[in-house]
Amino acid sequence: MKSRLRLAILTSTLLAGAAHAQDVTLTIESWRNDDLTIWQQTIIPAFEAANPGIKVVFAPTAPAEYNAVLNSKLDAGSAGDLITCRPFDASLELYNKGHLADLSGLASMANFSDVAKSAWQTDDGSATFCVPMASVIHGFIYNADAFAELGIEVPTTEAEFFAALDKIKADGTYIPMAMGTNDQWEAATMGYNNIGPNYWKGEEGRKALIAGEQKLTDEPWVAPYRQLAKWKDYLGDGFEAQTYPDSQNLFTLGRAAIYPAGSWEISGFNTQAAFKMGAFPPPVAAAGDTCYISDHTDIALGMNAKSANADAAKTFLEWVGSPEFATLYANALPGFFSLNSTPVEMADPLAQEFVGWRAKCQSTIRSTYQILSRGTPNLENETWNASANVIRGTETPEDAAKRLQDGLASWYEPQK
Amino acid sequence: MTGRRAFRWHIVVFLAPAVLVYTAIMIIPLFGTLNLSLFNLDATRERVFVGLENFRTLFGDPRWSHSFWNALANNAWFFVVHMLVQNPIGILLAALLSSPRLRMAAFYRTAIFIPTILSFVIVGFVWKLILSPIWGIAPGILDMVGLKALFAPWLGKEEYALTTLALVSVWQFVGIPMMLIYAAMLSIPDEVIEAAEMDGVTGWSQFWKIKLPLILPSIGIISILTFVGNFNAFDLIYVAQGALAGPNFATDILGTFLYRTFFGFQLQLGDPHMGATIASVMFLIILLGVCVYLFLVQTRLRRYQF
Repeated sequence: MKSRLRLAILTSTLLAGAAHAQDVTLTIESWRNDDLTIWQQTIIPAFEAANPGIKVVFAPTAPAEYNAVLNSKLDAGSAGDLITCRPFDASLELYNKGHLADLSGLASMANFSDVAKSAWQTDDGSATFCVPMASVIHGFIYNADAFAELGIEVPTTEAEFFAALDKIKADGTYIPMAMGTNDQWEAATMGYNNIGPNYWKGEEGRKALIAGEQKLTDEPWVAPYRQLAKWKDYLGDGFEAQTYPDSQNLFTLGRAAIYPAGSWEISGFNTQAAFKMGAFPPPVAAAGDTCYISDHTDIALGMNAKSANADAAKTFLEWVGSPEFATLYANALPGFFSLNSTPVEMADPLAQEFVGWRAKCQSTIRSTYQILSRGTPNLENETWNASANVIRGTETPEDAAKRLQDGLASWYEPQK
Repeated sequence: MTGRRAFRWHIVVFLAPAVLVYTAIMIIPLFGTLNLSLFNLDATRERVFVGLENFRTLFGDPRWSHSFWNALANNAWFFVVHMLVQNPIGILLAALLSSPRLRMAAFYRTAIFIPTILSFVIVGFVWKLILSPIWGIAPGILDMVGLKALFAPWLGKEEYALTTLALVSVWQFVGIPMMLIYAAMLSIPDEVIEAAEMDGVTGWSQFWKIKLPLILPSIGIISILTFVGNFNAFDLIYVAQGALAGPNFATDILGTFLYRTFFGFQLQLGDPHMGATIASVMFLIILLGVCVYLFLVQTRLRRYQF
């Protein structure tokens, strides 16, 4: 009797739910607050037009606070239905805690290669818990007008790169390179992990490090620090207190000639800079060497396992996995390159330049992201600190590498 | 008339709101934190009681203890700068303000106090801009007086960053000791001052011999407020330097160390158990400081009744 009553109540609830299906509102948690208008004006209207009855709200948090805020919200049960996924362990941890739903069954997962999915899978690859959205590519953006004015060719080798920097410095009109160490992460992300893959041969070195066959004190891992130490002389006055927005502004105001970049800067720079821009991949040691680029799987979308609107959320995720979304997203946000297997046409020349490197260089992801940042001390965060120290000249490349290796070996079994 | 007095319910009723609110939002979380510091996750990620193991990690593990002592030493320096700069300047300003010959005292008082009511976010941001080597006005001003050579990117240098931030904090909060001392000075009765003048004690010697002893209890209170405030500080460092408290952890204080550990940072996942351990140690440090003050300093301060 009691159970029948319960069933009746449940049925009526479900029916009532169906009757009010037009009221479903999905909330997206994200750290991309820069993209708020693009989601509100381009992406969400396109989805809502195709799927009447589902409303979507994009609710971003500041990037630096996102992980902490999201964790608290998920623990408290107040997080949104859709969760923007950081790559690797941060999201894996959420999946293991039961906060993210297993999405292996989504039809649109077939649109992604294994490499694209690897950042959001369990270690054995049995479950995928986020739909890959985009990767970002590292390289250098340069002021093409300044290069033309000073008669500098786009450098392809390290020697040419430093010759170009010397020439800009000698001329004195421009700061050779716009980067600061105040916020630390640029030194690691746009410094170490930008130029590093050329030394450790991309995936080969990265996998060897995870397997314990190479150490951070080996030459391929110390050499990028040696190059970073040389950057010091080409940065602006007082770069020690220069923040990330300072560097962006220095470059877009035309006061600096070269900007160590991630491709996510493209849309911002396009609106800010009044001069012509170009981009080049990290220079190789000698002409003709294979080039390696950091093509980092950066952003994906998962589903809150406790979402009350799971069906609507899955509809949205199927759409996010579709080629239609890939085209929309890649063109609305040039610099975030689709991971979809279907090739995407992009209109932006700078974005085309970046993505063109995929054809001639070997792609890899940031060395510290997979597995190696699982313990304490955290290798990624230590790399920020070490890279900033090396650029400021307060720690030698060898000391920094040794410190990182000792830290990693203290908890990571294959490195002991 | 010897019958038992009726239980005075109104005392309970009037105390209840404060006691209940304070218990709910301060006492219970405090004991929750102390409790959490005695637990950690075992190999199967179950929460288990580990006794004082977390404290042994914090003080015994070379990495943890290095970070902790670095944060504590930085915090101590932060406090020393406040005691040596903020409080003497506060007293000096109060002495000037209470001088009957000063004109526009109300204006100065307000102007000096205003930064105190500003948000940390504004203060941190404004000072970062002022001191910025690229857009800041500090290099320009130094240049105008011919001292450009003295300028350095202070917030980015390991040796200056912490002191710079401590001085920014002093700038923001100097109004508080000023106001407290000012109030204490105003409450010194005129008869005492007149008597001193009759005895020929005037000017500086009047300040040292008459006024200073009379405001000592206020200085004691200010010291302990500064101590508690400084060892709980977090906002200014976080706003100006981020959670990694750069350069190279030179501005890392207990508050930022706690934040990084408890909530995690970037790829570092949060660790509530070690975070609670650090919070407990912070609580004990502050408790110890307050006890030293209460039992050793407060009891020896002589109070003057007028």
